[in-house]
Amino acid sequence: MRYACLIYYEPKALFGGSAEANEVLSKCSTYGETLKETGHWVAGEALELPDGAMTVVMRDGKMATTDGPFMETREVLGGFILIDAPDLNEAVRVASGHPLARIGHIEVRPVVDFSKPRPQL
Amino acid sequence: MTDIAARAALEAAYRHEKRRVLATLIRLLGGFEAAEEALQDAFVAAADRWPREGVPDNPHAWLVSAGRFKTIDRWRRQARLENALPGLAAVSESEEVPAMPETIQDDELRLIFTCCHPVLNADARIALTLREIGGLTTEEIARAYLTSPPTIAQRIVRAKARIRDAAIPYEVPGRAELPERLESALRVIYLIFNEGYAATGGVSLTRAELSAEAIRLGRLVVRLLDEPEALGLLALMLLHESRRHARTDASGDLVLLEDQDRALWDRGLIAEAEGLIDRAMASRRVGAYVLQAAIAAVHAGASDFATTDWAEITGLYDVLRRIAPSPVVALNRAVAIGMRDGAEAGLAAIEAAMHEGALDAYHLAHSARADMLRRLGRSDDARAAYTRALDLVRLEPERRFLERRLAQLG
Repeated sequence: MRYACLIYYEPKALFGGSAEANEVLSKCSTYGETLKETGHWVAGEALELPDGAMTVVMRDGKMATTDGPFMETREVLGGFILIDAPDLNEAVRVASGHPLARIGHIEVRPVVDFSKPRPQL
Repeated sequence: MTDIAARAALEAAYRHEKRRVLATLIRLLGGFEAAEEALQDAFVAAADRWPREGVPDNPHAWLVSAGRFKTIDRWRRQARLENALPGLAAVSESEEVPAMPETIQDDELRLIFTCCHPVLNADARIALTLREIGGLTTEEIARAYLTSPPTIAQRIVRAKARIRDAAIPYEVPGRAELPERLESALRVIYLIFNEGYAATGGVSLTRAELSAEAIRLGRLVVRLLDEPEALGLLALMLLHESRRHARTDASGDLVLLEDQDRALWDRGLIAEAEGLIDRAMASRRVGAYVLQAAIAAVHAGASDFATTDWAEITGLYDVLRRIAPSPVVALNRAVAIGMRDGAEAGLAAIEAAMHEGALDAYHLAHSARADMLRRLGRSDDARAAYTRALDLVRLEPERRFLERRLAQLG
């Protein structure tokens, strides 16, 4: 199964210059390589901070945009990796090895299987 | 060696050896976390080297050795960085790499005892056993137990943390501890079996797999530990399993023991179970599983329901009630008395068992009482008892059965 690991962190903590944060940052780029070796890797990207983002909506056929998401939350979505793993526990284990798990938090979400029924809400 | 052959060998090893390699690595490295990482490293190394160097004769030994080597290597590097590492010396000292099948099975048995340790609650024991020994995925376990994958995943994560924090050793318990620990392990195996055997909803494939896995675990315990209760549990599971195809009809409805087509019973499984029961009885240490198996074996040996040796069954229930008293055992004994001595005596015995308590919310108690009333021709009382059973029943096939019985009363 495929799982998206959504990586959240507090920009001030990650880029605040602490020794711990700097060590995490230095290890981030190599974790993707590790996952390619283990066969878990499907895709992944790190994202720029939300102040470089645009939010778009289409309503009544008209496009409207705003600058960036509102920065009210302290934690931001900072990147994602898409992995292939036999089950949720394995996906969680893989996510726990990501350097940013030590400073931010990682949400592990199963990717939708469209052959299954839609959720009933 | 072609790439394709090496990849096929690797996939086969992943399917068949993964859990057993993990069991051995857990023993060698002393914990789930390190072993899981080592397992991953081992398969990465195999993907790299098998296509170039050929598939090893003993993939299990190769993978264990590769995983252990990579872990020691990583720990050495970390130790240089962090200047500390307790487990390293112990792990790297021993050069022994277990390759013998008995050792591998020993490792699985050790892991069963770890996964079924009494510090874990029952739900955690089951989830952990199914995933780490049975090789089921988190999602499959969640489907089988009609719960969500994160619930199961969390149980497994917490159980592993508990094992680590409590420093539970990976070993088959010694004589003093064995009875309690074995009982816990056997109970987990039986719960897994029953989950696969109960006629509830859910995916039937997964359910048959649960029972098959429970029987495999039962066999593993018996092969390595000659304990009467382990023999008894395996025999009991085999006897239930022997009736699997006779206990539901084409439409999935439940068929009672008395109405089952006994030609459908698997005689091979029954013969195997009888051999196990004989071995257990010869030990003179007879426990609850052996007795339940012996009762099931009496049924298995009868050519039809009416000629079943009900005196023998009642006698076995008498012993069972002494060593493992429970309301359900009392009820089953009462039903056997009804078969031996007639409906009047059966009704009195059932009512006495119900009077002792804890059966009022149990639908089978009411349906057993209803059955005796029906045989006595007390239709109104039978109808009321069936109605009460219907209020309590949860499984759909059992509900349909009770509705049919009620309809037959007119």
